[in-house]
This record gives sequence, C-alpha cells and structure tokens, in this order.
Amino acid sequence: MNMDSGGGSVSLANSILTKKAADAISDQFPAGLRVLVVDDDPTCLRILDKMLRNCLYEVTICDRAEVALSLLRESKSGFDIVISDVHMPDMDGFKLLEHIGLEMDLPVIMMSADDGKDVVMKGVTHGACDYLIKPVRIEALKNIWQHVVRKRRNDLKELEQSGSMEDSDRHRKPSEDGDYASSVNDGNWRNSKRRKDEEEEGEERDDTSTLKKPRVVWSVELHQQFVAAVNQLGIDKAVPKKILELMNVPGLTRENVASHLQKYRLYLRRLSGVSQHQNGLNTPFMGPQEASFGPMSTLDGLDLQALAVSGQLAPQSLATLQAGGLGRSTANASISMPLVDQRNIFTSDASKLRVGAGQQSVNSSSKQVNLIHGLPTNMEPKQLSHLHQSVQSFGTMGLQVSEGVSSFLNIPATSLRTSSSHVDSVLGSQNSSLMIQMAQPQSRGHLLNDITGSHSSGLQSSMVQQIFSNEIAGQVLGRNGVILNGKGAAYNLVSQASPMADFPLNHIAELPGNGLPIGNTLTSSSTLTSTGMFQGGNVDTKGPRGFAPVCDIFSEICQSKPQDWELQNVGLTFEASQPITSVQGNVDLTQAVLGNQGFASSQKNLLNRNASVVGKAVVPQRQENEHGKIEASVQRPINPLLNNSFRVKPETISDFSCDNLLIPQRYGQDDLMSALFKQQQEGTGSLESECNFDGYTMDNIPV
Amino acid sequence: MDLKRQVAYMRRSLFDQGYLDEQFIQLEDLQDDVNPNFVEEIVTLFYRDSARLILNIEQAMEKSPLDFDKLDTYMHQFKGSSSSIGAKKVKSEATQFREFCKAGNAEGCLRTYQQLKKEYTTLRKKLETYFQLARQAGPAETASRPN
Repeated sequence: MNMDSGGGSVSLANSILTKKAADAISDQFPAGLRVLVVDDDPTCLRILDKMLRNCLYEVTICDRAEVALSLLRESKSGFDIVISDVHMPDMDGFKLLEHIGLEMDLPVIMMSADDGKDVVMKGVTHGACDYLIKPVRIEALKNIWQHVVRKRRNDLKELEQSGSMEDSDRHRKPSEDGDYASSVNDGNWRNSKRRKDEEEEGEERDDTSTLKKPRVVWSVELHQQFVAAVNQLGIDKAVPKKILELMNVPGLTRENVASHLQKYRLYLRRLSGVSQHQNGLNTPFMGPQEASFGPMSTLDGLDLQALAVSGQLAPQSLATLQAGGLGRSTANASISMPLVDQRNIFTSDASKLRVGAGQQSVNSSSKQVNLIHGLPTNMEPKQLSHLHQSVQSFGTMGLQVSEGVSSFLNIPATSLRTSSSHVDSVLGSQNSSLMIQMAQPQSRGHLLNDITGSHSSGLQSSMVQQIFSNEIAGQVLGRNGVILNGKGAAYNLVSQASPMADFPLNHIAELPGNGLPIGNTLTSSSTLTSTGMFQGGNVDTKGPRGFAPVCDIFSEICQSKPQDWELQNVGLTFEASQPITSVQGNVDLTQAVLGNQGFASSQKNLLNRNASVVGKAVVPQRQENEHGKIEASVQRPINPLLNNSFRVKPETISDFSCDNLLIPQRYGQDDLMSALFKQQQEGTGSLESECNFDGYTMDNIPV
Repeated sequence: MDLKRQVAYMRRSLFDQGYLDEQFIQLEDLQDDVNPNFVEEIVTLFYRDSARLILNIEQAMEKSPLDFDKLDTYMHQFKGSSSSIGAKKVKSEATQFREFCKAGNAEGCLRTYQQLKKEYTTLRKKLETYFQLARQAGPAETASRPN
C-alpha cells in the first residue's frame, strides 16, 4: 500500500471516523473504569463489588494482596485504579500500595475502618491517592475516576516536560519537534499540553523532593554517555563528580548524576538477583511522578503508539532501548521491582502468576520467562511487536539492539539472538520506555520521516489522538471481571487482552504492502505470555485473533467499525491460539454473568454465578468448545455499559455454570479452588492475562 | 395488618431500636433486578464469614493472659465487617471491646464480648425473620425504602 499522500488522506479520513467512534466511547467515561479491589473481608468485598458495578465500573475483586499483585503484574495496563484495604492478613495494605506505586504506578485508594490520623497519614506518605473510611458508601466510590484522570494528566505533563532537559524549554517543543510534535498536540495531547502551559510550573506533581528542581530527562544519548562514563570509571569507582566530568554535558548537575547513579546501581543490583524487597529503598521513588522517570511507565504506551505509527524504530530506538531500559529500571525504582518480580515469576512462582495453583500456567509462563528474562514487567507486549518490526526492518540493528540491551540488562546476548521473537520480546519490553525517551529528545519528525517516508506523521497525529481516546474508549468497553479469589486465585476475567496484539497481526495480514513494518508480533498480551505465544508462532492474524484491538485507527481502515467494537471484547481477551478459547470464555462469562443491566434470566444467585464464573473463567477453558457460543455472545455489542441491550444467552451461561463448575452457595473458597484445580487439569494453563492495555495511553497502532 | 405493612413496620423498628444504621440502607439501595436478594445475601455472607472471626476471638479469649493486640486485630476486622452491613449495636460493642483491649482491661473485654455476642445473635434472628417476612410479602417489596 502506498503510504504517501494518498495514504495520508485516506488515513485522515479514517482517523476522523475513528475519532468519532472514540469520542462516542470516551463519552461513556468514567463508565468502564477498571477497578481492582483488594480486601480480605468477603462481605466488604462483595459490597464494594456491587457498588462499583452500579457505578458502571469494571470491577475485579480479590481477597489476597499477593494475588492482586500478580494480577496487576500480569496485566500491566489492565487496571486503572486499585482500591485496597489497609489491614490484610497476607500483606500489609501499605506494602501493597508501595508495590503498586513502584511497579505499576497506578493510583491506589486505601480504605479502612480505622480512621485514626496516623493511619491516614501513613496512607498519604505511602502515596495513596485517597483514603476511604469504612463502611464505604457508594457516593465515595462514584468519583474515584478523578484520581485516574488526575494521574493521567500529570503523567502527560511529565511527558511533555520530559521532552526537554529543562522545564523552561517546554514551550519550545512544538517547533523543534516538527511534525510529530505538532500532530501530537492534537486532541488530548494538546489539551494537556495547553493545560500544562496554562498552569504554573509550580504545579504540584507529587514530587518526592521538596525542592523544585528542573527535571532532567535521561534520554538515550544521555544515558549512553552516563553508562559509558560509569564503565570507564568502573562501577565501583564511579562517583557522580567524575561521571559528570566525563560526560561533559552542559546543564547537567552533579545531583542529577548522583540520583541517576543511585537508580542505576539499584537496577544493577536487581539484575544480579538481589532481594526484591527493597521497599525501603524504593520509598523515595514511591511518588508516581518521580523525577523524569515517573511518567515514563505510564507514558510508554503513548509514546510508543505515536512512534509506532510509523511502525518503525529508528536507530535511535535501539539506542533508546538502553536508556529506556535504564529509565525503566530506575524510574521510581519501578524497574527493580518488576525485574525481580519478573524473575520470581519466571523462576518459581507459579502461584503468583496463576490462580495460585496453576501448574500448567507455570509452564506456559516459564516459556516466556526465557524470552523476557530480566525485562521489566511493565514493558508492554505491544511494544514487543514494534521492536520486532523494527528489528526486522533493521536487521543488523536488531542485533545491535540485542547487544545493547543485553549488555545493559546483563542478559547474555546469545539468548537474545536465539530467535527473533526473543529479540522481539526483549526489545519489545525495552521499547516502551525507550520509545518515550525517543519521542521527546529526538526530533521525532525526523525519526518518523526518516523511517517510513510515509505520511506517518500525518497518520500518527491522528492515530495518536485516536489511540488516546480509543484507549479510553477501550477501557470503557471493558467488561466486568469479577475475579473472586478463593484461596488467592483471583483473576481478572475481563482480561484486558491486548487487542493490540491481535490487531497488528490482523493488520499485517491485511495491509501487506504497508510501508509500516508492523512485524508480526504484537502478541501482546500483557505480559510475557504474549511473547511466548509469539514465539510459538501464533502469529495468527486471522481467526479469533483477528479481533481489532480497542484503539485502532487502522482497524477502522481495515474493518468495519461495528465489528471492531464488537470484536474488541474478544480481541481484548485474546492472547494467542491457546488461551483464546479460554479467554474468550472468560470474557464472555464475565460479560454474560456480570453484565449488569439487561441481564435477566438465569441469574438466581449472583454470588454463585460469580463464583462459578470465576472458577470457570480462571482456568483456561480448553476443554469446552465454547468457542461457538462465546463467539455468539461476544458478537453482541459490547457492554451494558454501552447500554446495548446486552442479552446474555441463558444457555451460554448455564453451559458455563453447569458443567464442571462448582456452584458454591457462598464464597466457597475450597470449592473454587478445587474447581480451579480441576480446570487446570484439563487445560494447559494460563489464563494469559491480557494485554497491557494501558488504560488511557495510546496503544500501538502498528500499521 | 397486611404482610407488606408488617414488613415495613418491622424494618422501621429495626432502625428505630438501633439495630441497623444507614449502611443497611446503602445495601438496600444496591439491590436491584440484577441482584434482587442482595441484602439478604450480604447478611448471610457476613454471618458466615464472621463466624470464623468469632471463633478466633473466643479461642483467644480463653488464653491467659489475654493477648490484647491479637484480640484488637480480630475485633478490628470484625468491626469493619459488621459495620459494612449496618449492624449498629454490634459495631458499637466491637468499638467498646477495642477500647478495653487498648487499655489492657481483660475484665472489660470479657464483659463487652458477652454483650457483643448477644447483640450479634439477636440481630441475626431479627434479620432472618425480617427477610423471611419480606419474601412472603412479595419479592418486589423486599427491603424497599419507605416512601
């Protein structure tokens, strides 16, 4: 396909279409907000669940902090906000709060029957964005979306800011960044940028430091220089002063280097397998807007998308990999946690990944482990595809990347090169943050034009915009995932399967001549699982996987719109060939069972339903060929949220509920567990959580 | 008196006599077509789950000397749970119990616990009766707010 001006106008038209759709969806906001609730008290949990559903949010409940964490890790952008109890038996709520802040950088609301000043203060100091006193009223929950929006805005501001080395250069960005920036300024981007401009620089950014200091963005080059300096000095002898001298970067202060060095050291330590529980160390990094790294995690998607439009990663991206990797790791010490956690997950903790019991899941996840060993969990799979593409496009570059990456990440280069998919995963994970890095410091316009020579920038802007709104829309369209955790097996039924994953594949197939190398990957389900799939060569663009991801301008182009929306659900739940069915089943179940309004019939005991659904959904539904049914159900317009008369086919539900599910009359945890175990026997395993569907970030729209 | 009025009357008195508070109404408000028996389900869930807590507390109360911290922790959980269903009197006893725990007053704890258990049991009976009556009166009318 000719992506020149002709393509540009086509894409424009399409983006307009997409925009409309996106707007329609985003108008639903805050409906569809994906909330994860963690509370060991089943009564409270159930009440909150109902309340949040009544607020039209997409709820996942969990009664164990560890499970909640693994849920979050599996699906990096699968949730928008977390509500957690303070006092829990398996983990202190504040500890969970810290973890989440570090690894996922999601807004967290604490709640407790305890309203003592000290406890509330603790919430504040640990970075909770709000504190609710139990018993919680529904009015208190109605407005929790504000925390998500606020955070996104702040992150965007950070992003904008991070484009330049100093805050004061903020205004300079549009001109120097050329096409990309100007297109980026469209829509939401522009809004936030404008808002940012309007607001004083003194705007509170939850900065952990009390002093206002210019934020230094550790760009790819900068970081490379840093690493080079450190290596030259020797990591043990590397002191900020000397590093600064070696780097010889004007405007860089010793403090900048010092803090960066600290993070770098932490990162290295993590890589070498130091205990992951360095919460204490991480405290300073708790704040979501930690320095220049803060926003990165959340902004990955955004930048990535934007850059992904071009579908290519320029050489800078490769360089960015390193920087991004570092940025990631050091950012809020976020990487350290994910890295280590990642390792844990990979090496041993099946329970963490799965419903506490999935042996199979361990297997499947371990597959991916190899691929993405050591990569931060918050690297999103979708980025994998991008990287993959870029790798493909830039043959040697890929190798270079892997080299660079490996050296940085201490990953043996060979392992990286074993297969392109490996590289992809590695690169992919790196890509996210890297892209961001890239985006700002580099001349984006240059990058884009350089790469594609197509109207990527034109596309990009709209895409970026679309993606953004699409993302939100996608969120809105999410289903309710009630994951009741029996014994710590909580799953997000909804599974924000990265629609992206399927999407790119889909598109690749459909737009073969596309000048934008999409590569194939995007098997993005949130975590490494996608990588595994990818590796398995399940680059199945057609079939179930061919469901358009949420934000797709290109899906607009390629497919009919309604289909997209409908498919979104499915797409969201798709991982790869294997999980497909199960995921679908899950999603379907979720929707079916949990779809609130309009869901009449066979719902006697919703509790039971949920339980049964959970039991079923949690385990990949291999055994049943619910595909057909699922399909049928899935085809339906997505959500009650959208006020479609969502008629769940009773037979579908009953199918799910009857068969091998225990239908406990209560939260029979044992029942659930056994159901799960039973399920697990039959399936291979993992409910690959879906995609790192970064809530309101731009998704990849590779095309 | 017709059933519906009976139900309404009983409901009213549960509030007036201080057995239930505003939180119960929150639960009633959540009840809808999707979950037509939501309130009863929640109450059932509460009693089932809190039985475990009660057991823990009683076992801890048998120890000597009393482990006040542990007791306080249990009671905190119990309090959170009971407050979420609007069990006013039960909650108040739990609060009192915690006060005694903090003061290290074993005698006070013991006494209060007896009170608490009594309220806990009484409320269960009353609610069971209430739900039964409400179901008889007609599902649509269950726990609906008086106009």
